[in-house]
Amino acid sequence: MSEPMVAVRNVTKVYQRGQQKVEVLHGLTLEIPKGDFVALMGPSGSGKTTLLNLIGGLDQPTAGEVLVGGKRIDKLPSGELAHWRAHNVGFVFQFYNLMPVLTAEGNVELPLLLTKLTAAQRKKNAAVALQVVGLADRAKHKPRELSGGQEQRVAIARALVSDPQLLVCDEPTGDLDRKTADEILGLLQVLNREHGKTIVIVTHDPKAAEFARRTLHLEKGQLLEQAA
Amino acid sequence: MTKSGFVIANLFRKRTRTILTLLSVIMAFLLFGLLQSINSMFNAGADFVGATRLITQARVSFTTALPISMLPKLEAVPGVARVAYWQWFGGVWQENTQLIVFAADPLRQRDVYPEYLMPDEQWQGFAKIRTSMIAGKQMADQYGWKVGEKIPISSNIYPQKNGSKSWVFDLVGIFDGKDDDAKKRTNQAFINYDYFDEANQFGKGRTNFFILKLTDSNQAAAVSKTVDAMFENSPDETKTQTEKDFNVGFVKQIGDIGLIVRWILFAVFFTLLLVVGNTMAQSVRERIPELAVLKTLGFSDGSVLGFVFAEAFTLCLFGGLVGLGLATFAGAAVTKGTGNQFPVYVDVRVWLIGIAAIVLMSLAVGLLPALRAQRLKIVDALAGR
Repeated sequence: MSEPMVAVRNVTKVYQRGQQKVEVLHGLTLEIPKGDFVALMGPSGSGKTTLLNLIGGLDQPTAGEVLVGGKRIDKLPSGELAHWRAHNVGFVFQFYNLMPVLTAEGNVELPLLLTKLTAAQRKKNAAVALQVVGLADRAKHKPRELSGGQEQRVAIARALVSDPQLLVCDEPTGDLDRKTADEILGLLQVLNREHGKTIVIVTHDPKAAEFARRTLHLEKGQLLEQAA
Repeated sequence: MTKSGFVIANLFRKRTRTILTLLSVIMAFLLFGLLQSINSMFNAGADFVGATRLITQARVSFTTALPISMLPKLEAVPGVARVAYWQWFGGVWQENTQLIVFAADPLRQRDVYPEYLMPDEQWQGFAKIRTSMIAGKQMADQYGWKVGEKIPISSNIYPQKNGSKSWVFDLVGIFDGKDDDAKKRTNQAFINYDYFDEANQFGKGRTNFFILKLTDSNQAAAVSKTVDAMFENSPDETKTQTEKDFNVGFVKQIGDIGLIVRWILFAVFFTLLLVVGNTMAQSVRERIPELAVLKTLGFSDGSVLGFVFAEAFTLCLFGGLVGLGLATFAGAAVTKGTGNQFPVYVDVRVWLIGIAAIVLMSLAVGLLPALRAQRLKIVDALAGR
């Protein structure tokens, strides 16, 4: 059996909120194979986003192990973790989180500033990524000149541009209408099926979850079941 | 897109705010350049190079008059061609308009100041008519004076023997400058010294300063030394310097220029620190989520710190260089405008201090916002905590 893309082993996450300690994840274990498309569902406060942040290397567990692509990332120092994120994972957020001062092309190019690519190569790669998400003709537009769906496509292009094997998406359609949401989810499906990207999305929307290969339910910091 | 392009794009996200901040930086460095240069001018040592005239005053202060009896001794000094003397009159025109009026010996004045042009008969009139007065063209034009008119002027220092401070003079001549520099100095008037000396109620036979016309400009330093040595340990010790140094010294009477300059600069830069620091802090505060996204994309804490510092540095560097550049031009204009009497040179030294100030200011205004950006936790920042 091949090595899983994501392996979460007995992970606990405790947040300090003022004087109080809040345990969000309780010894959670999970494996996501390479090329999978997983939807994480569950009520607010169930720990979906926390789990996603741990998988994406944005946060570190209080206890347990997180391995992505066979590498333990839960103990990496801040600098190494940043370097790891730059080369191994792409992020898509609910509110797109594009840089308003940059064009679509500039936003997509941004992660490539961390590579050794020349300016011309960066520009070319950004153009390809924008083409993949169907926005080649909007390259020179700033985020405020784009619709919500277009902004999310730019965000996906930005997540893709450094060719990571893992995409983590936090409510990627939460701010979009049904039709646009379906287009975005369709795009993620294409990236999963045709480009082999492993995708983990957090969603409240059962229709969005239908685009995934499987859905995992979380409740009170624990994995409930594994639905087909 | 490049990292520097990204820094500049972020800097101008709020264009109006950035431009206003930039203008305040430019103004601060314009002031800095000019005031530093003025300070240098006041602190510079005596410079005798190219001087064709020297001014001898009382060592204590030019307000302490020297006896006219020194005149033959001064004229006997090797290297001195002719000596004129000026006594401050303290003229007031009409209600309260201060005028620059000196009592002078007419013909000595003509000999020592050949750059003041006036028909010979007017010079002769100045010498022969006891109540005579000559005015520079600028002054005459300003007050509409014509030759032949009687000019009533009061003195805020010297009353006449009858106790009246009102004097009336016959305007016998109007002089102009022979070149641009001299024309700029025609905003003054001279009255006949002999008449003034006889008619005033106070001291007799004294003058504020002597003007020594030299035979050779190369002897300026030697003449200065000789004159001051000649009167050393006498009741009337002297200080002999070039006109330029005299003018600088005149302004210095206002007070400790260096201290004034330092306080002004302190106030300017303190205000600037608040203005630019506030801009930077606001700029970072309003894009915490964006900085978190940068970290999410893989930019390290140090890189994010670097971006914020780079913004502060770019703002200060651009504003500082433009300000210093403007100061250089303004200084040159002041130097030219005063006929080189107030040389305000924004030189390499001022530029180097300015650049050091730019670096220090960038560090000061960028440090706190940059540290905040560096320390922010991605998860909290994205969640708006």
